[in-house]
Amino acid sequence: MLQGRRRILVLGCDGCTQPPRGLREAQTYRTLLEMALGRKGGEVDCVAGTVSKQCDTALLAQNYPELVKGRDAVLSLSCALGVQLLSLQYPEVPVFPGQNTVFLGYEHRDEGWLREACQACGDCVLGETGGICPVARCSKSLLNGPCGGSHDGKCEVRDDIPCAWQLIHDRLRQLDRNEWIDGIVPPRDWRSSRDGGVRYQKKDEDWNEPARKEVKR
Amino acid sequence: MKAGSNLEKVLSSGGFAVTAEIGPPKGADGEHMRHWARELKGKADAFNVTDNQTAVVRLSSMAGSIILLQEGVEPVMQMVCRDRNRIAMQSDVLGASALGIKNLLCLTGDHQTLGNLPGAKNVFDVDSIQELLLFKTMRDEGKILGADALTKAPQLFLGAAENPFGTPHEFRVHRLAKKIKAGADFIQSQVIYDIDRFERFMEDVRSRHLDGKVHILGGVTPLKSAKVAKYMKNKVAGIIMPDSVISRMEKASDPKAEGIRICIETVKQLREMKGVHGVHVMAIAWEEKVPEIVEGAGLLPRPVV
Repeated sequence: MLQGRRRILVLGCDGCTQPPRGLREAQTYRTLLEMALGRKGGEVDCVAGTVSKQCDTALLAQNYPELVKGRDAVLSLSCALGVQLLSLQYPEVPVFPGQNTVFLGYEHRDEGWLREACQACGDCVLGETGGICPVARCSKSLLNGPCGGSHDGKCEVRDDIPCAWQLIHDRLRQLDRNEWIDGIVPPRDWRSSRDGGVRYQKKDEDWNEPARKEVKR
Repeated sequence: MKAGSNLEKVLSSGGFAVTAEIGPPKGADGEHMRHWARELKGKADAFNVTDNQTAVVRLSSMAGSIILLQEGVEPVMQMVCRDRNRIAMQSDVLGASALGIKNLLCLTGDHQTLGNLPGAKNVFDVDSIQELLLFKTMRDEGKILGADALTKAPQLFLGAAENPFGTPHEFRVHRLAKKIKAGADFIQSQVIYDIDRFERFMEDVRSRHLDGKVHILGGVTPLKSAKVAKYMKNKVAGIIMPDSVISRMEKASDPKAEGIRICIETVKQLREMKGVHGVHVMAIAWEEKVPEIVEGAGLLPRPVV
């Protein structure tokens, strides 16, 4: 990916990336890059920096022209948003992703894992499902309860995936809420997800909300 | 009559129905379907044609169903939510109905990571309950749910699956009720080895009077060996395999014959169970045993209705 590039800016992001990819990580990557490139001989000149939020146009425009100037590549340690916004902001320099952007998830510090919890589908059902998302956490995004593959509270896909509908069922029982246990959710409108084409929202205006699903009883 | 299929006639006349399964081949081998249609004709009221079962690519369920029709054998066309969105699903059902397919089984579908193309993208635009709702709306209201009227409504006898052994156990009867509300006329259950747990499920069904609203067919699969039984216990999601069944298979001098005996016993027990209106024999890759099982359970000849 970075073949032939010698003057690389490694740019961290102090924003919401998990695990952290700030200045310290950028400096570590710079050192590693210099070692790897140095072994091939020739001059190597890498620098490290960080941005408080790479997805913020104003921040990128104000503080970083000097850092980017004269570089033959930027390795962004932010999520894919930073990679894309940097490319827009500094079209003269190629920007490369320093990591894969994997999912919107949450962290369990003690057990040491991150788990997907949201697909940004644009029509939130968490209010009805006891705060557990079936779109992101059921492997089939089912909206009317578990499939036949749920066993011992686990998903048929892998035993380390808890069945989201087992969790939802237990939570709704605990809350004594039965409407989603007996009601039928009709086919949903996926336009608010990825299926209405590329999503766009004007700032300070409400998202053009699709019709709310009604629970039939 | 909703579709006037043979299966619907048997069930609505109060008969104890028998369905079986003819699994499509992994190739463009229509002769495979024709062969089993000829071999098994008259041994069951209708035959399920599976839809890329376990997410393995096979000859399509619609093509397989048409071949059965050409041989004078009634199909139950299966359709999973994994591979089609609501546009393709409804289009295929209109086509299937126009070609004479009357029984349709609506299923979620095994996840694609369990099959032979684990890198495939899935669809799951609708779930199996919403799938029933789409087809019921097409049949009863002559329209696409949320859209335009059809020039001709499909005539369908709608089926669904239920797994009394899946978790959460106490939710399963609620899910059954949802499927009935969404349009299921008949239910084919997951394979039953734990007859006691199935009986408890049927108690729940009867206490909610659901047995009067839907025809439940109990699922059975003959075991070939103790090894298969253990595999099912440990590896197949949603099956409960009691140790007593494994032990019977282990002790048997002729395990295959024992597997058939256990299967026939289960069918007989299901026949006595209140609210159970039939059996679904899934002799997976062992279709030649269907006549022996159906005959052994005293369910031949099949009624002509």
